[in-house]
Amino acid sequence: MYQYDEHDRKIVSERAEQFARQVERRIEGDITELHFKKLRLQNGLYMQLHNYMLRVAIPYGLLSSKQLRKLAEISRKYDRSYGHFTTRQNIQYNWPKLEEVPKILRELASVEMHAIQTSGDCIRNITSDHLAGVARDELEDPRPIAEIMRHWSTFHPEFAYLPRKFKIAITGTPDHDRAAVRLHDIGVRLLKNDAGEVGCQVLVGGGLGRTPVIAKVIREWLPKEDLLSYLEAILRVYNMYGDRKDKFKARIKILVNSLGIEEFTRQVEDEWGHIKEGAMKLTQAEIDRVTKFFQPPPYKQLSDSDAQLASLRMSKDRVFGRWAQHNVELHKVPGYSAVYISLKTVETPPGDCSDTQMDAIAALADDYSFGELVVTHTQNLVLPHVETSRLPELYERLAKLDLATPNINLIGDIICCPGLDFCDLANARSIPQALEISKRFEDLDYQHDIGELNIKMSGCINACGHHHVGHIGILGINKRGEEAYQLALGGAPGNDMSIGKIVGPAFPPEKIVDAVETIVKRYLEVRSSEDERFLDCYRRVGMEPFKEALYGAH
Amino acid sequence: MVLIKNKQVVTGDPWQYVADDQPVPESGDIVVGFSRYDRDSVDYTKRSGRLGLRLDPEDDLLQVVTHLDCVSLVTINFPKFGDGRGYTKARLLRERFKYQGELRAVGEVLSDQLFYMLRCGFDAFELAQGKSVAAALAAFEDFSVKYQAATDEPRPLYLRVQRGEPRA
Repeated sequence: MYQYDEHDRKIVSERAEQFARQVERRIEGDITELHFKKLRLQNGLYMQLHNYMLRVAIPYGLLSSKQLRKLAEISRKYDRSYGHFTTRQNIQYNWPKLEEVPKILRELASVEMHAIQTSGDCIRNITSDHLAGVARDELEDPRPIAEIMRHWSTFHPEFAYLPRKFKIAITGTPDHDRAAVRLHDIGVRLLKNDAGEVGCQVLVGGGLGRTPVIAKVIREWLPKEDLLSYLEAILRVYNMYGDRKDKFKARIKILVNSLGIEEFTRQVEDEWGHIKEGAMKLTQAEIDRVTKFFQPPPYKQLSDSDAQLASLRMSKDRVFGRWAQHNVELHKVPGYSAVYISLKTVETPPGDCSDTQMDAIAALADDYSFGELVVTHTQNLVLPHVETSRLPELYERLAKLDLATPNINLIGDIICCPGLDFCDLANARSIPQALEISKRFEDLDYQHDIGELNIKMSGCINACGHHHVGHIGILGINKRGEEAYQLALGGAPGNDMSIGKIVGPAFPPEKIVDAVETIVKRYLEVRSSEDERFLDCYRRVGMEPFKEALYGAH
Repeated sequence: MVLIKNKQVVTGDPWQYVADDQPVPESGDIVVGFSRYDRDSVDYTKRSGRLGLRLDPEDDLLQVVTHLDCVSLVTINFPKFGDGRGYTKARLLRERFKYQGELRAVGEVLSDQLFYMLRCGFDAFELAQGKSVAAALAAFEDFSVKYQAATDEPRPLYLRVQRGEPRA
């Protein structure tokens, strides 16, 4: 993975000191709360319902075991001994004290981490495919370009005060987008052109929130050398012409839609024409230098293990077999597998991880995965390089930590935002409902029988829980002063991205779990076979059977 | 108001800011808003004294730049701290339109923006009322490392220094 040099180290430690001075000036009154808000947000520090929340950047989700141990230590020393992994591959602490945040930043800097631009109206942490570098279907590892974009976006002097937040994601697997690039302000897909060279397709204007939009292609293909200048041109047009009066119209998707993609593209291409041959043009030497940090770890020479994995999946120990089926992914190197660590149980909020679990996972990463792990945007973790023959012993160790629930991509693998329990934007709670749904479907045979089904849940229209792209999406609303939940069906985040459609009137909190179960039961009745996934079934039969099941004949 | 130029506090600013609804004085160095300048019937060339233009966020830079020859000061107004359009305007003025005169940030200018503003080509800063001057002067040195090329650095970091290679 990428290792900081003296320059990277200096920049994160100087940031910690700058923020320490800003906190002092806030306390002394040289900065008003209004201004301090903008400054602390650029450092990942939110004011939530009860307390500050600190969001720490995990660039493209990649962590070393050493970093994870530090995250555990920070949660013990400065928080309540747990962290929360987010849908943007970051980690959040829910209970830090303002005056201790500079200390936390110094601790993070000691392991080459930071909280720079994890919130605020600036270019946010860049996300990518959690199987980057190991996916069998990958065209090329996107992480070198992600890291280069990280340097470019860090303290970019022109784009620190954009109309609104700005999220970029990149995938190196054009045929299987696990990074949801189409729901980002900019999505980058590594692609081959007709000459067989790998370059970048650029998409723009995707996003969720109250106006969900699927990103549109603005450039079919660009040499990698031109990516930064192209991004700079897009950001420049957005910075000048994005709406600054109404925060709900300020995302780039609204600008793209109001100008139309043709006119927006024309403006970007015009701006790009001025700068493409300038200082932003990447050198091959720099791409090569950064790429060297992402060389494969020293894998053993092993024989192909696909048959072995297939037989583990058929194991007589049914729970282990299901774990091997749902939580283990094929790997591009013979003899290896990628293993999901499920952070979804019936007890703890999705994505939460205790300090002892973090320490234990760090040890597992050292013992089984060359000290590396990855955060997924679905709020789980991945050990990316596990020898297939060692899966049974890894399973035993994970199971003891309550981290082996075989539910990846199943109904128990719910994405959910913090909701009204933590967030002052929320209209409704989401964690208790997510946990209730998990309990209702706790039976692993039942989950397995239902098959792939992603529930995504947000406590308000800002859509942090990605409800628009859940196979079943749940949105918490405020209905005449009461919490209520809207159900939508048919959303998906990948290559076949679609926005879910609302089924009908919202449900009160005590009815929402029943409503989900009603949908699941109807699916089991109408699916053409056990192999027809919920999403495919919905796309075939449409809304009507589900609507009828929920609301009766009408 | 404290004015900082070339990282030092300066006193005796010769420039007089003329509000949009005030008459234009016949002499002296004055700064007027571009939108007013653009629609005024006043012949500014007949005045004695230098002319400065204030750009507000909504002003169209392409209209402004045709007048740069007769201008000795450009101020870019940040009516709100969080309105970042002035950063792009500053870079374009310097890098694309080769404006060489004084470029002054005015309005809600806080020390926390100075590092970015300096990087985008501003060389003068009118600090918002009542803000710590010491904090502002120190803020220019907030960071010693700059990853990107910008107005102040024609090349990105990786072309200016030897960057790190993987360690064993």
